[in-house]
Amino acid sequence: MTKLKPWISLGGIGVFAFLLLGVAPLVLTDHWINNLGKYCCWAIVAVGIGLAWGRGGMLVMGQGVFFALGAYAMAMHLTLETAGDRIPGFMVLYDPLAPLPAFWEPFRSAGFTLLAIVLLPVIVSGILGYALFKRRVKGAYFAILSQALAVALATLISSTIRQTGGDTGLSDFKYFFGFVLNDPANKLLVYLIAAGLLVVCLLAVWQLYRSRFGELLVATRDAEERVRFLGYDPANVKLVAFVASALMASIGGAMFVPIVGIITPAEIGAAASILMIAGVALGGRASLFGPALGAMAVGWGQSSLGSTWPDGWTYILGLLFIVVILFLPNGLSSLPARFAAARRSPAPPPPTPAAAAAELEGVRS
Amino acid sequence: MHVDALIAPLLNGSAQGALLLLAALGLSLTFGQMGVINMAHGEFLMIGAFAAYLVQQVITASDLSIPVALPVAFVVAGLFGLLLEVTIIQWMYRRPLDTLLVTVGVGLILQQAALHIFPSQGVPVEKPSWLDGQLSILGYQWPFRQLFTILLASVCVAALAAWLKYTSFGRRIRATVHNRDLAETSGISTRTVDRLTFFTGSGLAGVAGVAASLIGGTNSQMGAQYIIPAFLVVAAGGIGQLKGTIVAAWAVGVALAYFAYWTTGSLAQVLAFILVIVFLQVRPQGLFTVRTRSLV
Repeated sequence: MTKLKPWISLGGIGVFAFLLLGVAPLVLTDHWINNLGKYCCWAIVAVGIGLAWGRGGMLVMGQGVFFALGAYAMAMHLTLETAGDRIPGFMVLYDPLAPLPAFWEPFRSAGFTLLAIVLLPVIVSGILGYALFKRRVKGAYFAILSQALAVALATLISSTIRQTGGDTGLSDFKYFFGFVLNDPANKLLVYLIAAGLLVVCLLAVWQLYRSRFGELLVATRDAEERVRFLGYDPANVKLVAFVASALMASIGGAMFVPIVGIITPAEIGAAASILMIAGVALGGRASLFGPALGAMAVGWGQSSLGSTWPDGWTYILGLLFIVVILFLPNGLSSLPARFAAARRSPAPPPPTPAAAAAELEGVRS
Repeated sequence: MHVDALIAPLLNGSAQGALLLLAALGLSLTFGQMGVINMAHGEFLMIGAFAAYLVQQVITASDLSIPVALPVAFVVAGLFGLLLEVTIIQWMYRRPLDTLLVTVGVGLILQQAALHIFPSQGVPVEKPSWLDGQLSILGYQWPFRQLFTILLASVCVAALAAWLKYTSFGRRIRATVHNRDLAETSGISTRTVDRLTFFTGSGLAGVAGVAASLIGGTNSQMGAQYIIPAFLVVAAGGIGQLKGTIVAAWAVGVALAYFAYWTTGSLAQVLAFILVIVFLQVRPQGLFTVRTRSLV
C-alpha cells in the first residue's frame, strides 16, 4: 500500500473541509444539509473506528455504547431544556406525579452536559479498555464482548421506559443550547458544528497517524509480542486508541441528536454498531479518508435506500460485507494502489514483512 | 418463600441453559477447533427451525414430524454451513477476525431471505402431544418441553464427544487442531476435515433451531438473539473445551432465570452479560484451559 505524503493528506483534509463547510451550505437544500449532517455524525464515529480497528487492530463492534453515551447525554439535556421547569412529557405520561430521576438532574446544566459528552465515554472506555487489554483480551473475544455490551445497553434502555423513554426513545427537542431548533438558520449552524467536528477529528487522526504513537499503534496491530519485547506495553498503546475512538463515537452521537431529532435504542444496538463498521470496511479501515467517506456512503444508502427499498438494502449491505472483506480487506481506498501494483508487475507481489507478521500473529491467536 | 419459587428458576434455567448449550455446541466446534468466528451461526439455527416447519408441512402428524425434523434440520443447516465454508470461509483461515465480518454479511442476507420466503410475523411449529405433560418436582409442574431440551442437549453433547474421541474422523479433527502441518504430512486431508467440522458445527445449530422452535417463536430474527449469548458461553467455557461449554451454558441459563425472577427479563439479560464480562476479566481463557507454552 502506497502511503500518501502527510502534506498531501493535509491538503486533502483542507479540500474536504472546504467542500463540507464552504460549498455544501451554498448548493444543498435544507433537507440535504440535514442529511449530510447525519452522515457527518456517522463519519465522526467511523474515523474513531478507523483508528481503533484499522490502525490498532481492535475490532470495535460495540461503538453504539459510546455513541449512546454522547447521544443520550445530549438528548437528556435537550429534553430538559424543552420541558423547562416541568417534568419531561414522556415521564408524565406513565405517572403524572413521577419525580425527575436523580441522574437526569445534572443534565439541566449545559456545561455539565458538554463535560459528560466528553468525560463519560473516556471514563467508561478507559475502565473497560484497561481491564480488557491488561488481561490481553483481544481478537474475536474483544469484538464479541464489545458487541455484547452494545446489546446489553440497548436492552437496558428499552426496558427502562420511565427513565429513558424506552423503545420510543427521546425526541421532540425544541431548543439547542438556547437556539430554536426549527429555525433553518440554526439547523445550518448545527450542521456546521457537526461538519467542523468531523474535520477536527480527521486532523486529530492525521496527526496521530504520523506521530510516533501512530507508528507504535500499527506495530502493536501487526506484531504485539514484538512490541512487548521492545519494552513497550501494548495495552497502553491500544488503550489510548480505544479511548480516542470512544470519544469520537460519543461526539458523533451527541451531534446526531439535534440533527436527527430523535434517539432510540435501535440507533445504538448490535445492528447499528455493525452498520458503523460497514462504512469503515467499505472505505478502507486503515486509511485516513476511507472510514469517513465509507461511512457517509453507507449512511446515504441507509437513509435513502433503507427507507425506499429496505429489503434490497439489507441484501446490498450483506453483500458489501462479503465482497469487501473477502476481496478488498483494505477497502476502496486500496484500489488505486492495487491497480498501480498490477500495472507495474503482472505477477502477484510477495507478501510484505508486516503482512507476514500479521498473519503469524493471526494464526497464533 | 415457597420451595417451588426457588426451584422454578433453577429448572427453567437449566432448560434455557440446555438450549444455549445446543446453540453454543456448534460454535464451540467451529470457533474452538477451527478458529472461525461464524456470526451466521444464529441464522443456521433459524434455518433449522424453518426446516422443522417445512417438515411439518409434509408430515402433518406433529407427534412424528419433530423426530423426523431433527435429522433433517441437522443435514439442511449442515449443508448451508458446508456451502459457506466452500464458497467463503476456506479463503479466510489466515484472517480469523475477518471471518467475523464476512459472516455478519452472510447472516444479514440469510435473515432477509427468510423474511422474503416466510411470513414476517413468523411461522407456527406445532408441538407434539407427547411434550404436553408436566413433571411434578417438589410441587413445581415442570413442562416436558423443557425436559426434552435438556435430553436433546445431553444426547448431542454425548454424541459429539464420542464422535470426537472414538471415531477416526474425530481423531483427524483433533490431530488437525493440535498441529495442522503435522496432520497434513501424516496423510490427513485437512481440507476434508475442515469441511466436515464445519458441516457438523452448522448442523448442530440446526438441531438447536428445532429445539428453539418448540420453546419460542420461529421467525427471521430468532437467530440474532442466540448468537451473542452463545458466543459468550463458548468464551466463558474456554476455547475448544466441551466440558467448559457445558458448565458455562448451564451457569448462564440458571443465572438468567434467577435474575429474571428477581428483576425483569430484559434486565436479566443485561446482568448476565455483565456477569460473563466480569468473569472473563478474572479468567480471560475461560473456565477450562489447555496449557500451552505459546505467548498468546
